Amino acid sequence: MKLSIWTYEGPPHVGAMRVATAMEKLHFVLHAPQGDTYADLLFTMIERGNKRPPVTYTTFQARDLGADTADLFKKACKEAVERFKPEALLVGASCTAELIQDDPGGLADALNLEIPVIPLELPSYQRKENFGTDETFYQIVKALACPQEKTEKFSVNILGPTALGFRHRDDVRELKTILDDLNIDLNIVAPLGAAPSSIKSLTKAHANIMLYPESSELACRWLKENFGMSYTEHTPIGINSTKDFIEELNQIRGVNDSFSDTSRLNFDWWSKSVDSNYFTGKRVFIFGDATHVATASRIAKEEMAFSIVGIGCYNREYARKIRSLAKVLSVDALISDDYLEVEKRIADLQPELILGSQMERHIGKRLGIPCAVISAPFHVQDHPARFSPQVGWEGANVIFDTWVHPLVMGLEEHLLGMFREDFEFNDTAGPSHLSNSKSKLNQEKDTIADNEITWAPEATKELKKIPFFVRGKAKRNTEKFAFENGHSAITKDLLYEAKAHYAR
Amino acid sequence: MNEHSNIEKLAGCSEIPVLKERGQREVFCGLTGIIWLHRKIQDAFFLVVGSRTCAHLLQSAAGVMIFAEPRFGTAILEEKDLAGMADAHEELDREVANLLERRPDIKQLFLVGSCPSEVIKLDLANAAERLSKIYFPKVKVLNFSGSGIETTFTQGEDACLASLVPTLKEKDEENLILVGSLPDIVEDQLVELIKELGIKEISVLPGRDRGTMPSISKKSKFILVQPFLTDTTEALEKKGATRINAPFPFGEEGTTLWLRSIKESYGISDDKFEVVTSAPRKRAKLGLEKLRKHLQGKSIFFFPDSQLEIPLARFLSRECGMKLIEVGSPYINRSIVDKDLELIEDMPIISEGQDVDLQLDRCRESNPDITVCGLGLANPLEAEGLTTKWAIELVFTPIHGYEQAQDLAELFVRPLKRKEALSI
Repeated sequence: MKLSIWTYEGPPHVGAMRVATAMEKLHFVLHAPQGDTYADLLFTMIERGNKRPPVTYTTFQARDLGADTADLFKKACKEAVERFKPEALLVGASCTAELIQDDPGGLADALNLEIPVIPLELPSYQRKENFGTDETFYQIVKALACPQEKTEKFSVNILGPTALGFRHRDDVRELKTILDDLNIDLNIVAPLGAAPSSIKSLTKAHANIMLYPESSELACRWLKENFGMSYTEHTPIGINSTKDFIEELNQIRGVNDSFSDTSRLNFDWWSKSVDSNYFTGKRVFIFGDATHVATASRIAKEEMAFSIVGIGCYNREYARKIRSLAKVLSVDALISDDYLEVEKRIADLQPELILGSQMERHIGKRLGIPCAVISAPFHVQDHPARFSPQVGWEGANVIFDTWVHPLVMGLEEHLLGMFREDFEFNDTAGPSHLSNSKSKLNQEKDTIADNEITWAPEATKELKKIPFFVRGKAKRNTEKFAFENGHSAITKDLLYEAKAHYAR
Repeated sequence: MNEHSNIEKLAGCSEIPVLKERGQREVFCGLTGIIWLHRKIQDAFFLVVGSRTCAHLLQSAAGVMIFAEPRFGTAILEEKDLAGMADAHEELDREVANLLERRPDIKQLFLVGSCPSEVIKLDLANAAERLSKIYFPKVKVLNFSGSGIETTFTQGEDACLASLVPTLKEKDEENLILVGSLPDIVEDQLVELIKELGIKEISVLPGRDRGTMPSISKKSKFILVQPFLTDTTEALEKKGATRINAPFPFGEEGTTLWLRSIKESYGISDDKFEVVTSAPRKRAKLGLEKLRKHLQGKSIFFFPDSQLEIPLARFLSRECGMKLIEVGSPYINRSIVDKDLELIEDMPIISEGQDVDLQLDRCRESNPDITVCGLGLANPLEAEGLTTKWAIELVFTPIHGYEQAQDLAELFVRPLKRKEALSI
């Protein structure tokens, strides 16, 4: 038993729904009690979905438990097939139905339906949403893919985009443009927009693009083992990762060079232009799903010249990847789905910018630290109407804009530093282009040893002149320094001695 | 499913056929009530003993994240709890100990049962008793079930309030208890009006904290402010309290009839009643008059959601001139909503329970001017060209009483006006 207040991931059957909802002509019968239909609103509200997710819930009640929940399930399957006429049927159980052990797969089989039935095993008490997407897509591919003649020209599939994925819709569009530039044919995109009948022709392609490992790694590996289809491992998010991705495709295709039109890429020049000088060494903390965290880390370090103070991911499946990346970056990796733990880490590290999910945005608001969203879970406001991919050249442009937006701009930052005590233009005012943001840093809370160490008035005054985003750290460092050196009062001099001691 | 075979005649003063359906239900489970209950009862913490799905539901149903650390959480059952490798009760005790240590402001702890905890028969009543022995009097530990196999949406509040009843102080005194949680501002308005009528001892269930819970005796009278409180009503009656039956206080007419039932029960004079209610009645009428033109003659279809549907349908048809097509409710307790039902003329289809696909067929067929439905259905129906009203807003917005009559009508006017205003 583990206490949870907010969660990063839903249960695995929500992952299965993300795959089913992304696809066409597929229906999912979920053995579930009343209330589990809440999951529909994730799709209709956060993504503003204009149709109901293709899911039938059996809605069993307490009085059914003693009677026959299995019949209820069979009836739901039959009616769903009659009404929605899908090309294939997914069947599975939510957490409560898993406990009553009705065997949805066996029950659906017994109906002798004329369409393929794909049973899902989704262990609700061990696994989570991302496992559900990966496993469901893999089961669909395994059940439906069959040998096909390859297309004459080199072609690929884009695998991984689902419903409720962070910018998946736009990523696919950008990637299609890049493939077009590279003169590579696209066979199919799946799960997003694919029907069971198109999954059958997956194997016409020569290779797969594993766009998001979280939702397509099992399928890509199975297609490689069984149909010899190579797949890309670089996720093309950021300039350098996109270049590596193209290079990887070249190798798979067996060509030495290829041309991708980068004329729409502005990120590189924007980052080199003098205004971007103030990004140098900005301390960032990065948290989200592993794929987006790994690509964001590379962008932060190589393409923005930020200084990364910590990284982490909530999906344990990719803990190893994030741990080894952290080692390279010489920071600690935080692998956790406990948002209180993440909040504590952020409060300790006092970054100047958080790159995270919706959860970190809330943490940032509470701590008064700017945050840009780079990963699911996301809020309706991070599902924009405009084209805003993360992938490819246009994705890089979008990322530059998104990350820079919450920050205080160059000269403004200097002015704030010069006239710190200005009564209306001060460092608690927050960036001038964001009307509602106010720095909420609570310096009082950063004290390490309550009441044991006192601050002389002149030292307190001096502390206030230190930029707000490092003030908390400076205060704690000074107190630690004072404590370790046996001082009970902090003077202005001691403040600067501590600064020299901790100089990087 | 043959619809006609499911129409049952219910005994009562008005012979109203009810269409009963069983199938997929597009409604929340009772856990959802925690979203407002944890703000209403300010020293309470709601600890759901359930699965990741329960935790995900709570944060998704809220729609927004609440910035402050919420006073609810889920103790998520794991494989080892189910396989019996861990003693679920020991695990629960540990989580409760951690929680109460971190939140010393908590005075009432509700252990909330879920579908998985009910299915594995985790005895939370026993756990609450055991934990009470450890933490009482500092913390009172109670339990109720918000599981989807037993409760829909607002029935969670019913179960919560029913669990409070046995803990109410027994005091041999007359008092009037308003039952059901309301936004604080509305609660204050209604209490004020009743005080002006001359009734001194009024309290509210639930109180805003442990210290303000009502006392109860055989001399207590109570009146419901929400129609979904079947179990709470039963628990209060068991304690000897008498229910004042009335239509629910929605709109000018509803609020007047609701207050009049109290007046009659207490033998208050007509003059006094007139003095107290005439000004707010006039205001409410004036406000409604302005909005009525937008709703007059428009048709409306209710999908089941909160059990507020029948009283609201009464308000919309009688006070706003709307035409009712179907009024769906997850559960109908005739003894609670009969006063509202009696007032509905041109009886529409009244349906109980749900088979969402069949109901969607009927809705499309009847092509209503407004469809009241949950968030899972609203955008898909809008995309089909229907105009919708989110049912959940009716639970999260102050809509009871005279001063809110206009706001209540406005909730239904807004989607119509928007459709009119948009030219895209």
